[in-house]
Amino acid sequence: MNNIPLEAYLIVSTIMFFVGVYGFLARRNLLTILMSLELMLNAVDMNFAVFNRILFPGQLDGFFFTLFIIGISAAETALAIAIIIDIYRNVKNIFVDDINKMKY
Amino acid sequence: MAEQIIFYILAAVIVIFSVLSVTSRRILRSATYLLFVLIATGGIYLQLGYEFLAGVQISVYAGGILVLFIFSILLTSHAGDKEKPREWKRVLSAALVALGGGALCLYIILKNIFKTAEQVWQQPTMQEIGMTLMGTDKSQYLLPFEAISILLLACIIGGIMIARKR
Repeated sequence: MNNIPLEAYLIVSTIMFFVGVYGFLARRNLLTILMSLELMLNAVDMNFAVFNRILFPGQLDGFFFTLFIIGISAAETALAIAIIIDIYRNVKNIFVDDINKMKY
Repeated sequence: MAEQIIFYILAAVIVIFSVLSVTSRRILRSATYLLFVLIATGGIYLQLGYEFLAGVQISVYAGGILVLFIFSILLTSHAGDKEKPREWKRVLSAALVALGGGALCLYIILKNIFKTAEQVWQQPTMQEIGMTLMGTDKSQYLLPFEAISILLLACIIGGIMIARKR
């Protein structure tokens, strides 16, 4: 039924993951950093689902790992956005270069 | 054949829009590109045969998280805001790290020989998914389910505590 090689999926998710790594390191807005994090989580989700489907088709472990990662990342994003909005209220800015009040 | 064409379209959408999403200087646009990436990933799940997972991906990511992102973008930036041009040093070091890591991972993936299973695959039924989520036997997931419910409760309380007006 599925005649696309496993490597094709893995190449796509690897590219997605490392684009996320680039964004995490190069961007300065806290919200875009969080978006790069979502990109990385999404790549890992896709890997779990693909490994489950192609290497272990009789089980459902990768499926549930993906389900739980989606739930946890939703919680993490909600909390992170609450923190970012709180920072914006105090500093009026969400660029990582300007948030240095707690540095020393 | 149709399957391959659909896969290549989804893969191209994922790669192109994820690159655009981290390089666009307008933050609202990069959120929109991220939405396209998430929907295309949902399409990959559908193509693998995991329909429930595709539904969860669309409803939680595209429906929940992206709306949260767009609201917070509108709260924290002004219309037509652009990010300042970046220092080349930072971009260069980030690109080096990403390219190095990506090359290493791709090398390992392409060198490794995966043993694909010979079993016939059948789509998990909704009943099977529910039994696995609610069972307590081996590789059934009641305990993580309860743990994640407590985690979500803690996140709700924490979010209210952090974001409320003082």
